[in-house]
Amino acid sequence: ISQKYIMSRYDRAITVFSPDGHLFQVEYAQEAVKKGSTAVGIRGGNCAVLAVEKKAAAKLQDDRTVRKMALLDNHVAMAFAGLTADARILINRARVECKSHRLTVEDPVTLEYIARFVAGIKQKYTQSTGRRPFGLSTLLVGFNVDGTPHLYCTDPSGAYNEWLANAVGKNDKTVREFLEKMYTPESVADEVGAIKLALRAILEVVQSGAKNVDLGVMRCRDGVPEWEILPAERLSALMAEIEAEREAEAEKKRARKE
Amino acid sequence: PTELPQPVKHGLQSGNLRINFNHGTTCLAFKYSNGIVVSVDSRASAGAYIASGTVKKVIEINPFLLGTMAGGAADCQFWQRVLSQECWLYELRNKERISVAAASKLLANILYNYKGYGLSIGTMIVGWDKKGPGLYYVDDDGTRHSGNLFAVGSGSTYAYGVLDTCYRWDMTDDEALELGRRAIYHATYRDIGSGNSNNLYLVKPDGWKFIGNYDTANLHYQYNPVAAE
Repeated sequence: ISQKYIMSRYDRAITVFSPDGHLFQVEYAQEAVKKGSTAVGIRGGNCAVLAVEKKAAAKLQDDRTVRKMALLDNHVAMAFAGLTADARILINRARVECKSHRLTVEDPVTLEYIARFVAGIKQKYTQSTGRRPFGLSTLLVGFNVDGTPHLYCTDPSGAYNEWLANAVGKNDKTVREFLEKMYTPESVADEVGAIKLALRAILEVVQSGAKNVDLGVMRCRDGVPEWEILPAERLSALMAEIEAEREAEAEKKRARKE
Repeated sequence: PTELPQPVKHGLQSGNLRINFNHGTTCLAFKYSNGIVVSVDSRASAGAYIASGTVKKVIEINPFLLGTMAGGAADCQFWQRVLSQECWLYELRNKERISVAAASKLLANILYNYKGYGLSIGTMIVGWDKKGPGLYYVDDDGTRHSGNLFAVGSGSTYAYGVLDTCYRWDMTDDEALELGRRAIYHATYRDIGSGNSNNLYLVKPDGWKFIGNYDTANLHYQYNPVAAE
């Protein structure tokens, strides 16, 4: 009898509408995302780039184990902002789905399909008894079979959209405004351009330094997708270049003022 | 009858009397340089009784996909209609037409789930997708093979005889259609389970086209003209 009583407590949904049409649990989940470390995604002309803020690791922590970018298939990668533990679940489900799709359809997933799948899971959890929404937004990058790069973004409500460039997490608004100003198809036509834009964008809100940023590039060479996480030296070199360019721009502004 | 008929594989049995609902059938399909030819007969036999001579053994799954019927008519028709549904849902969700590989795999996976339950389906899934021409043989034990040429049914051996002798990759449309027609004719001539008429389809990059229905009796006199007295 007491068992039945306990079960009935979980019969109620946790995510229910408020009188003015809000799903507060979903909105609280979105707040959790806003507290997570920043992630930026850029769709280039021939590549797709993800840059994430690396939280300073504690002294005794092995920082290789803290990876905020995950490979879902050899042509799809994901970065996220929000609850890391929640992300692990979604990453696992997405990896299995990528493989399952290859088995049943004999084709790799398209970015739209896997974004729809991840968003679908998130939506289910906003309408399930006894469960709470996932507290993370994801950025999915990769190449479709036809060789075109894509960037998709999902959020705790289960909405998903395709983007040319986007940011999630802390200060995402600042980064997005920067991207809206600076993104042009020409500036990201080649890989270096796209990487630099991603770095510049994330450096708006993150301290400069190779140890504070992780950057991954998905490229497609002769139809074979390749995912590379840039080594620290390459990052430092690029950051130094960006610093120099910033200096040069500042000089020009000063010169014009006088 | 002294014994009430009991259901057995592919039919009914009462003592020594046995009625097979199985299609005697000949279905064939082959790829060639310019497309895919699908050629089938139209006879339905129940043992020695010809139940129908006008059976449609090619099922039109969608304007770019065809399925052939061999085995149990109801099984083939029903599951290929289910396949049409799934293909349409795929197209709606993914905003692009399903590939022949994926469509045939959907069917094969469904049939594998029913393995051992007595379904009788030997089908070829034929179509054209962005990877080019597609031809898959799928049957009720979950087999799925890709290939350039298949013949299925009780008359398949006779069809293979003609096909294997005359098949070439480089053929014109007319040559390929004539080969499909002849192979079915020869199968209907020798196999009691196949006959009545030949239905011909041609699959091209823009979809399938029904070429025509040819009475095999007429084909017989066409291929074996009686000398004028």
